[in-house]
Amino acid sequence: MYGKGLKPLSIATVAALAVSFSLVFFYAPLDADQGFVQKIFYLHVPLSIVALLGFIAGGVFAILHLRSGDSRWDAYSYVSIHMSVIFGVAVLATGSIWAKASWGHWWVWDEPTLVSFLIVFLMYATYYPFRYAIEDRERQARYASVFAVAAGAFVPLNFMAVRLAESLVHPRVFATTGGGLPGEMMLTFLACLTAVALLWVTLVKFELTAKSASGQVKRLRRALDAPAPGGSSRVAPEVG
Amino acid sequence: MLPLLGALSLPLGAPALPLDEAGKYVAGAYVVFLILLVVYVAIMATKLQRIERELRELAGFVEHRANGDQATPEREEVGADV
Repeated sequence: MYGKGLKPLSIATVAALAVSFSLVFFYAPLDADQGFVQKIFYLHVPLSIVALLGFIAGGVFAILHLRSGDSRWDAYSYVSIHMSVIFGVAVLATGSIWAKASWGHWWVWDEPTLVSFLIVFLMYATYYPFRYAIEDRERQARYASVFAVAAGAFVPLNFMAVRLAESLVHPRVFATTGGGLPGEMMLTFLACLTAVALLWVTLVKFELTAKSASGQVKRLRRALDAPAPGGSSRVAPEVG
Repeated sequence: MLPLLGALSLPLGAPALPLDEAGKYVAGAYVVFLILLVVYVAIMATKLQRIERELRELAGFVEHRANGDQATPEREEVGADV
Protein backbone atom coordinates (compact mmCIF):
# COMPACT_ATOMS: atom_id res chain seq x y z
CA MET A 1 0.00 0.00 0.00
CA TYR A 2 2.71 2.47 1.05
CA GLY A 3 5.00 1.47 -1.80
CA LYS A 4 2.65 2.75 -4.47
CA GLY A 5 4.35 5.36 -6.66
CA LEU A 6 7.69 4.87 -4.93
CA LYS A 7 9.63 4.22 -8.12
CA PRO A 8 8.68 7.45 -9.97
CA LEU A 9 9.09 9.38 -6.74
CA SER A 10 12.61 8.00 -6.27
CA ILE A 11 13.53 8.87 -9.85
CA ALA A 12 12.14 12.39 -9.43
CA THR A 13 14.12 12.80 -6.21
CA VAL A 14 17.42 11.71 -7.75
CA ALA A 15 16.80 14.00 -10.76
CA ALA A 16 15.87 16.93 -8.52
CA LEU A 17 18.98 16.45 -6.36
CA ALA A 18 21.20 16.23 -9.45
CA VAL A 19 19.70 19.38 -10.98
CA SER A 20 19.78 21.38 -7.76
CA PHE A 21 23.38 20.45 -6.91
CA SER A 22 24.38 21.34 -10.49
CA LEU A 23 22.73 24.73 -10.00
CA VAL A 24 24.63 25.18 -6.74
CA PHE A 25 28.04 24.64 -8.30
CA PHE A 26 27.58 25.82 -11.90
CA TYR A 27 24.84 28.47 -11.82
CA ALA A 28 24.58 30.24 -8.49
CA PRO A 29 27.04 33.14 -8.18
CA LEU A 30 29.64 33.29 -5.44
CA ASP A 31 28.54 35.21 -2.38
CA ALA A 32 30.34 38.55 -2.07
CA ASP A 33 31.04 38.18 1.67
CA GLN A 34 31.35 34.44 2.19
CA GLY A 35 32.78 33.33 -1.11
CA PHE A 36 32.70 29.61 -1.93
CA VAL A 37 31.84 28.53 1.63
CA GLN A 38 28.35 29.97 1.17
CA LYS A 39 27.57 26.95 -1.07
CA ILE A 40 26.86 25.05 2.16
CA PHE A 41 23.83 27.32 2.57
CA TYR A 42 22.02 25.49 -0.27
CA LEU A 43 22.28 22.20 1.59
CA HIS A 44 22.11 23.24 5.21
CA VAL A 45 19.14 25.59 5.04
CA PRO A 46 16.77 23.31 3.05
CA LEU A 47 17.66 20.44 5.39
CA SER A 48 16.78 22.63 8.38
CA ILE A 49 13.47 23.77 6.93
CA VAL A 50 12.42 20.27 5.88
CA ALA A 51 13.45 18.77 9.23
CA LEU A 52 11.42 21.34 11.16
CA LEU A 53 8.40 20.99 8.88
CA GLY A 54 8.71 17.22 9.29
CA PHE A 55 8.49 17.59 13.07
CA ILE A 56 5.37 19.69 12.65
CA ALA A 57 3.94 17.13 10.19
CA GLY A 58 4.59 14.46 12.82
CA GLY A 59 2.46 16.49 15.24
CA VAL A 60 -0.35 16.90 12.69
CA PHE A 61 -0.39 13.14 11.99
CA ALA A 62 -0.43 12.55 15.75
CA ILE A 63 -3.54 14.74 16.07
CA LEU A 64 -5.20 12.68 13.34
CA HIS A 65 -4.24 9.52 15.23
CA LEU A 66 -5.66 10.78 18.50
CA ARG A 67 -8.88 11.86 16.80
CA SER A 68 -9.44 8.71 14.77
CA GLY A 69 -7.57 6.00 16.68
CA ASP A 70 -6.29 4.76 13.32
CA SER A 71 -2.81 3.27 13.80
CA ARG A 72 -1.89 4.29 10.27
CA TRP A 73 -1.61 7.91 11.42
CA ASP A 74 0.61 6.83 14.30
CA ALA A 75 2.91 5.16 11.76
CA TYR A 76 2.98 8.36 9.69
CA SER A 77 3.74 10.40 12.79
CA TYR A 78 6.51 8.07 13.94
CA VAL A 79 8.18 7.89 10.53
CA SER A 80 7.93 11.67 9.99
CA ILE A 81 9.67 12.30 13.30
CA HIS A 82 12.21 9.54 12.66
CA MET A 83 13.14 10.98 9.28
CA SER A 84 13.32 14.53 10.64
CA VAL A 85 15.68 13.40 13.39
CA ILE A 86 17.95 11.92 10.72
CA PHE A 87 17.73 15.17 8.76
CA GLY A 88 18.46 16.97 12.02
CA VAL A 89 21.75 15.08 12.33
CA ALA A 90 22.64 16.31 8.82
CA VAL A 91 21.64 19.87 9.78
CA LEU A 92 23.90 19.83 12.84
CA ALA A 93 26.79 18.28 10.92
CA THR A 94 26.63 20.62 7.92
CA GLY A 95 26.01 23.59 10.21
CA SER A 96 29.04 22.79 12.32
CA ILE A 97 31.21 22.54 9.23
CA TRP A 98 29.92 25.88 8.01
CA ALA A 99 30.44 27.44 11.45
CA LYS A 100 34.02 26.20 11.53
CA ALA A 101 34.68 27.63 8.08
CA SER A 102 33.01 30.98 8.84
CA TRP A 103 33.62 31.59 12.51
CA GLY A 104 36.52 29.29 13.25
CA HIS A 105 34.46 27.34 15.82
CA TRP A 106 32.47 24.12 15.44
CA TRP A 107 29.83 25.40 17.82
CA VAL A 108 28.88 28.74 19.40
CA TRP A 109 26.88 28.34 22.60
CA ASP A 110 25.63 31.94 22.86
CA GLU A 111 24.00 31.87 19.44
CA PRO A 112 20.21 31.40 19.86
CA THR A 113 19.68 29.89 16.42
CA LEU A 114 22.13 27.07 17.01
CA VAL A 115 21.15 26.31 20.56
CA SER A 116 17.42 26.39 19.83
CA PHE A 117 17.84 23.87 17.02
CA LEU A 118 19.89 21.66 19.31
CA ILE A 119 17.13 21.85 21.93
CA VAL A 120 14.51 20.82 19.37
CA PHE A 121 16.74 18.00 18.14
CA LEU A 122 17.46 16.68 21.64
CA MET A 123 13.79 16.93 22.55
CA TYR A 124 12.91 14.67 19.61
CA ALA A 125 15.80 12.36 20.43
CA THR A 126 13.90 11.52 23.65
CA TYR A 127 10.91 10.43 21.56
CA TYR A 128 12.40 6.95 20.99
CA PRO A 129 13.12 5.92 24.61
CA PHE A 130 9.83 7.52 25.65
CA ARG A 131 7.90 5.55 23.05
CA TYR A 132 9.60 2.22 23.55
CA ALA A 133 9.52 2.41 27.33
CA ILE A 134 5.81 1.60 27.05
CA GLU A 135 5.07 -2.02 26.27
CA ASP A 136 1.37 -1.92 25.53
CA ARG A 137 1.08 -1.05 21.83
CA GLU A 138 -2.07 1.06 22.13
CA ARG A 139 -0.81 3.08 25.07
CA GLN A 140 2.54 3.43 23.36
CA ALA A 141 0.91 4.90 20.25
CA ARG A 142 -1.36 7.20 22.25
CA TYR A 143 1.38 8.57 24.53
CA ALA A 144 3.75 8.99 21.58
CA SER A 145 1.05 10.97 19.76
CA VAL A 146 0.58 13.26 22.76
CA PHE A 147 4.34 13.81 22.81
CA ALA A 148 4.38 14.49 19.05
CA VAL A 149 1.57 17.04 19.34
CA ALA A 150 3.21 18.90 22.23
CA ALA A 151 6.65 18.84 20.64
CA GLY A 152 5.24 19.77 17.23
CA ALA A 153 3.58 22.84 18.77
CA PHE A 154 6.88 23.78 20.41
CA VAL A 155 8.71 23.92 17.05
CA PRO A 156 7.00 27.05 15.60
CA LEU A 157 7.02 28.71 19.03
CA ASN A 158 10.73 28.08 19.24
CA PHE A 159 11.16 29.46 15.73
CA MET A 160 9.32 32.65 16.62
CA ALA A 161 11.34 33.07 19.81
CA VAL A 162 14.55 32.84 17.82
CA ARG A 163 13.26 35.35 15.27
CA LEU A 164 12.50 37.77 18.07
CA ALA A 165 15.90 37.26 19.67
CA GLU A 166 18.65 39.76 19.05
CA SER A 167 21.46 38.00 17.30
CA LEU A 168 24.70 39.63 16.30
CA VAL A 169 25.80 36.99 13.86
CA HIS A 170 22.58 35.91 12.16
CA PRO A 171 21.06 38.56 9.88
CA ARG A 172 17.82 37.35 8.35
CA VAL A 173 18.29 36.53 4.70
CA PHE A 174 14.59 36.22 3.93
CA ALA A 175 13.48 39.01 6.20
CA THR A 176 11.81 42.07 4.76
CA THR A 177 14.73 44.26 5.72
CA GLY A 178 18.42 43.71 6.05
CA GLY A 179 18.62 40.67 3.83
CA GLY A 180 17.43 39.27 0.53
CA LEU A 181 18.79 36.86 -2.04
CA PRO A 182 19.54 37.77 -5.65
CA GLY A 183 17.49 35.98 -8.31
CA GLU A 184 19.98 33.24 -9.23
CA MET A 185 20.64 32.41 -5.60
CA MET A 186 16.93 32.35 -4.81
CA LEU A 187 16.21 30.04 -7.76
CA THR A 188 19.01 27.69 -6.70
CA PHE A 189 17.81 27.76 -3.13
CA LEU A 190 14.22 26.94 -4.13
CA ALA A 191 15.46 24.07 -6.35
CA CYS A 192 17.46 22.68 -3.42
CA LEU A 193 14.51 23.08 -1.07
CA THR A 194 12.28 21.17 -3.50
CA ALA A 195 14.89 18.41 -3.92
CA VAL A 196 15.42 17.99 -0.17
CA ALA A 197 11.65 17.99 0.45
CA LEU A 198 11.26 15.30 -2.22
CA LEU A 199 14.04 13.31 -0.57
CA TRP A 200 12.24 13.51 2.76
CA VAL A 201 8.95 12.33 1.24
CA THR A 202 10.70 9.49 -0.63
CA LEU A 203 12.54 8.25 2.45
CA VAL A 204 9.36 8.47 4.53
CA LYS A 205 7.60 6.33 1.95
CA PHE A 206 10.50 3.85 1.92
CA GLU A 207 10.40 3.59 5.69
CA LEU A 208 6.61 3.17 5.76
CA THR A 209 6.79 0.49 3.07
CA ALA A 210 9.45 -1.42 4.97
CA LYS A 211 7.52 -1.13 8.25
CA SER A 212 4.33 -2.26 6.58
CA ALA A 213 6.05 -5.29 5.00
CA SER A 214 7.70 -6.17 8.31
CA GLY A 215 4.35 -5.92 10.11
CA GLN A 216 2.68 -8.16 7.56
CA VAL A 217 5.43 -10.76 7.91
CA LYS A 218 4.97 -10.71 11.70
CA ARG A 219 1.22 -11.14 11.36
CA LEU A 220 1.72 -13.99 8.91
CA ARG A 221 4.21 -15.61 11.27
CA ARG A 222 1.75 -15.37 14.18
CA ALA A 223 -1.02 -16.83 12.03
CA LEU A 224 1.21 -19.72 11.00
CA ASP A 225 2.42 -20.26 14.54
CA ALA A 226 -1.11 -20.90 15.67
CA PRO A 227 -1.68 -24.67 15.90
CA ALA A 228 -3.08 -26.04 12.68
CA PRO A 229 -6.26 -28.16 12.75
CA GLY A 230 -4.12 -31.27 12.34
CA GLY A 231 -2.01 -30.32 15.36
CA SER A 232 1.05 -29.07 13.45
CA SER A 233 2.85 -25.97 14.69
CA ARG A 234 6.02 -24.19 13.72
CA VAL A 235 9.00 -25.15 15.80
CA ALA A 236 11.49 -22.33 15.21
CA PRO A 237 9.51 -19.13 14.82
CA GLU A 238 12.15 -16.44 15.23
CA VAL A 239 15.04 -16.19 12.84
CA GLY A 240 18.14 -14.17 13.57
CA MET B 1 25.63 30.45 10.03
CA LEU B 2 24.86 27.28 11.61
CA PRO B 3 21.60 25.60 11.88
CA LEU B 4 19.41 28.23 10.57
CA LEU B 5 16.57 26.81 12.48
CA GLY B 6 14.10 28.16 10.10
CA ALA B 7 15.45 31.60 10.65
CA LEU B 8 17.05 31.63 7.25
CA SER B 9 20.17 33.57 7.83
CA LEU B 10 23.82 33.93 6.96
CA PRO B 11 26.88 34.51 9.09
CA LEU B 12 28.09 38.04 9.33
CA GLY B 13 31.54 39.47 9.66
CA ALA B 14 33.24 36.40 8.23
CA PRO B 15 35.85 37.16 5.59
CA ALA B 16 35.69 34.93 2.52
CA LEU B 17 38.07 32.01 2.73
CA PRO B 18 40.35 31.36 -0.23
CA LEU B 19 38.92 28.78 -2.64
CA ASP B 20 41.41 26.04 -1.78
CA GLU B 21 40.54 26.26 1.91
CA ALA B 22 36.80 26.84 1.47
CA GLY B 23 36.61 23.90 -0.94
CA LYS B 24 37.52 21.47 1.84
CA TYR B 25 34.66 22.65 4.02
CA VAL B 26 32.11 22.68 1.20
CA ALA B 27 33.17 19.22 0.08
CA GLY B 28 33.04 18.06 3.71
CA ALA B 29 29.46 19.28 4.18
CA TYR B 30 28.19 17.63 0.98
CA VAL B 31 30.13 14.41 1.66
CA VAL B 32 28.69 14.19 5.18
CA PHE B 33 25.22 14.52 3.69
CA LEU B 34 25.93 11.79 1.12
CA ILE B 35 27.44 9.48 3.75
CA LEU B 36 24.34 9.86 5.93
CA LEU B 37 22.18 9.06 2.92
CA VAL B 38 24.23 6.01 1.98
CA VAL B 39 24.25 4.72 5.58
CA TYR B 40 20.48 5.11 5.76
CA VAL B 41 19.97 3.30 2.44
CA ALA B 42 22.33 0.51 3.59
CA ILE B 43 20.32 0.08 6.82
CA MET B 44 17.10 -0.03 4.80
CA ALA B 45 18.62 -2.60 2.43
CA THR B 46 19.56 -4.81 5.41
CA LYS B 47 16.01 -4.54 6.77
CA LEU B 48 14.52 -5.46 3.40
CA GLN B 49 16.88 -8.44 3.08
CA ARG B 50 15.72 -9.68 6.49
CA ILE B 51 12.07 -9.31 5.49
CA GLU B 52 12.73 -11.14 2.23
CA ARG B 53 14.48 -13.98 4.10
CA GLU B 54 11.60 -14.28 6.57
CA LEU B 55 9.08 -14.29 3.75
CA ARG B 56 10.99 -17.04 1.98
CA GLU B 57 11.10 -19.04 5.19
CA LEU B 58 7.35 -18.60 5.74
CA ALA B 59 6.61 -19.49 2.14
CA GLY B 60 8.66 -22.67 2.58
CA PHE B 61 6.76 -23.50 5.74
CA VAL B 62 3.38 -23.00 4.05
CA GLU B 63 4.51 -25.18 1.18
CA HIS B 64 5.52 -27.97 3.57
CA ARG B 65 2.26 -27.65 5.46
CA ALA B 66 0.28 -27.79 2.21
CA ASN B 67 2.16 -30.96 1.24
CA GLY B 68 1.18 -32.52 4.55
CA ASP B 69 4.79 -32.67 5.68
CA GLN B 70 4.68 -32.63 9.51
CA ALA B 71 8.43 -32.43 10.09
CA THR B 72 9.16 -28.95 8.81
CA PRO B 73 12.91 -28.35 8.49
CA GLU B 74 12.87 -24.58 9.03
CA ARG B 75 16.41 -24.27 10.30
CA GLU B 76 17.76 -25.80 7.12
CA GLU B 77 15.77 -23.35 4.99
CA VAL B 78 17.24 -20.42 6.86
CA GLY B 79 20.74 -21.76 6.42
CA ALA B 80 20.16 -22.10 2.72
CA ASP B 81 19.56 -18.34 2.46
CA VAL B 82 23.09 -17.47 3.49
